[in-house]
Amino acid sequence: MNYNISHLRALESESIHIIREVASQFSNPVMLYSIGKDSSVMAHLAQKAFYPGKAPFPLMHIDSKWKFSEMITFRDNYAKEHGWHLIVEYNKEAYSRGVGPFTHGSKVHTELMKTQALLDALKRYGFDAAFGGARRDEERSRAKERIFSFRNAFQQWDPKCQRPELWDIYNTHIDKGQSIRVFPLSNWTEIDIWQYIRLEKIPIVPLYYAANRPVVEIDGNLIMVDDNRMPKELRDRARVRRVRFRTLGCYPLTGAIESNAATINEIVEEMMTVRQSERTTRVIDFDQEGSMEQKKREGYF
Amino acid sequence: MTIDNFLEQDQAKGLLRVLTAGSVDDGKSTLIGRLLFDSKLLYEDQLQALKTEAVKRGDREQDIDYALLCDGLKAEREQGITIDVAYRYFATSQRKFIIADTPGHEQYTRNMITGGSTADVAILLVDARQGIVTQTRRHSYIVALLGIKHIILAVNKMDLVAYSKERFNEIVKSYTAFSHYKDFVCPKIVAIPISAINGENVVKKSHNMPWYRGQSLLQTLERIEIDRQSVILPFRLPIQIVLRPNHTFRGFAGKIASGVIRPADRVKALPSGQESTVKQIVSLDGDLPYAVAGQSVTITLTEQIDLSRGQMLVRIGQSEPTISHHITAFMVWMDCEVLDSRKTFYLKHNTNTVRARIEKIHYCIDVNTAEKTECNTLTLNSIAKVDICALSPIITDIYYQNRACGSFIIIDPITNFTSAVGMVVEARPSNSKSRETITISLSQLNIDTSHREAIESVCRAIEQQTGITIKSSN
Repeated sequence: MNYNISHLRALESESIHIIREVASQFSNPVMLYSIGKDSSVMAHLAQKAFYPGKAPFPLMHIDSKWKFSEMITFRDNYAKEHGWHLIVEYNKEAYSRGVGPFTHGSKVHTELMKTQALLDALKRYGFDAAFGGARRDEERSRAKERIFSFRNAFQQWDPKCQRPELWDIYNTHIDKGQSIRVFPLSNWTEIDIWQYIRLEKIPIVPLYYAANRPVVEIDGNLIMVDDNRMPKELRDRARVRRVRFRTLGCYPLTGAIESNAATINEIVEEMMTVRQSERTTRVIDFDQEGSMEQKKREGYF
Repeated sequence: MTIDNFLEQDQAKGLLRVLTAGSVDDGKSTLIGRLLFDSKLLYEDQLQALKTEAVKRGDREQDIDYALLCDGLKAEREQGITIDVAYRYFATSQRKFIIADTPGHEQYTRNMITGGSTADVAILLVDARQGIVTQTRRHSYIVALLGIKHIILAVNKMDLVAYSKERFNEIVKSYTAFSHYKDFVCPKIVAIPISAINGENVVKKSHNMPWYRGQSLLQTLERIEIDRQSVILPFRLPIQIVLRPNHTFRGFAGKIASGVIRPADRVKALPSGQESTVKQIVSLDGDLPYAVAGQSVTITLTEQIDLSRGQMLVRIGQSEPTISHHITAFMVWMDCEVLDSRKTFYLKHNTNTVRARIEKIHYCIDVNTAEKTECNTLTLNSIAKVDICALSPIITDIYYQNRACGSFIIIDPITNFTSAVGMVVEARPSNSKSRETITISLSQLNIDTSHREAIESVCRAIEQQTGITIKSSN
């Protein structure tokens, strides 16, 4: 009898163990759902963890109001089909003032529409634990973060004072007002995510598959024209190219890659030979040196 | 081979967790950078970022400092030191690897212990010019303390000692001479002469050391036999959560700590002692024919019994863990605050959290020499043998026999910080009369003295399970 378990099944079990630990130890957890591939895997793992029942927490999407429209359609269908309780929150004040990446730049947009919106929502609902789909292989400051990452009453992260985390025994103790960010996918890599999506046939936003799409080149990134909020002079430069997305976020801040990978097998194959990291397609990382660490300290996921 | 076949094969490969220990000076980060670079797992934009940083420092583009890859925090890059554990991921066609890269300095002992807690293999780096130094002794002790079964002694910078076979052998000899600790099982040691900077014997074999007949470091990592010992051990399922989606379904969910379970296996709940039979191992993909250590499962039982989080399911007919209020453990203090022995801490063991007091410090250990020293209190990075009194019992094994069921963390009740971590070395059963000793006479029982050895081993087994010591006389 072969009792070895594959790396994907080992990662799956580790993640389910983490998700169950939160469900049993916190009174008001939430799973942050970004509609991306990692969120799709995380939500799938949550369904597995509590089968035949439902996950005892809601999904929450922080809508920056600049997501690809296909993402929003996918989100609503997915939540409905799988019986999830879905919370959607956004920064109403900034939205009414018309904050967006084209007018305010990526830094102000991210701070107000993502970080601020998230902090407000977590506070409003009084969530004591929030799952995020971040992986340690994404970025070097993330490689340092604990699976159970403690936040003080102001939701700040202190990288120099992290709790030791050993074996699979997680410290879930917090005081009132404090919270924990939990990263069940910490030990997954991008290729693990794709292989698992293939193995488990997990539905993902069609933008991940190659298709002909109108894109315009801005500072070396291929930005898709998703709606008329993109300034006309940029839209006029758009050309149809065969592209797909490696990561998804706000459409003006997410670069496409030229690709013919139109099936899950072709994506996995492409990922095994790719020579650029996925973060090269995310515009917000280039603002300042060490910018992810700074954003994380301030409360960003 | 079709892409489907290839992917099926690729996703079936196993996972190996590796600890690397050694200081920046030993070339540890260079080694990890090399492994990533030579196995083509360093992306071009990451490489470009390293080149940019090299130029910024005033160096040439090719003077890449691989350490910058691992030092993810700004403070670390500025000070040129590694403060915290960093996790790195890479895969070959044989295995997927998770590398916990930990700082080497003594004040970061707790970080090394954090990174090593889940490791299957530890890579200890030694500078060929300096040989075995205090740091090597410290790392070697910690690896043994954590119960890591395999050590790769990577003797680095062989290019700076003229690829000398004699120098390599001398270092290996002096390493094996001190790395036996009577408290622990000795890890298996593989020694490899390397030059991380030139990539010699890292991924490919070096032409400069024809006298070395073994495999390269990466080949060794790919092929090292990890005996899945946790599968051979008795079955233990610490209950994490009870799933009750409706009136008819009651599933006991958790991650199997050790052993194997199948439907129809007879099981026992601890501490209640109630018995039942496994009905199904339920999953979204259908019922499973069996499940093994490391798997997160949901189990249903034929007869309903009292079982909740913090308790444990074991198999009838296998040796049982000890239900204990009084344990002796090796403990590492992880908190900047000094131990206040008047405090009642939280002790978290598997899924069970109880209040506990640290009753006695037997001795501390000088991590550099592995020698016992007297101590009255515990400060950051202290390693000590202690007695702990748990106010409610824990269901435990000995760490060095069953890692998952013999480890615990200590949480400060005021700051909520993880103040210490521990490895159980002795657990005294709660229900037996304290340390009772019974003497049996072989002649009175008409047993020939030639059977003494067998009788004694039975006595030891009874002692392990009940705490009752039985001595035999003629």
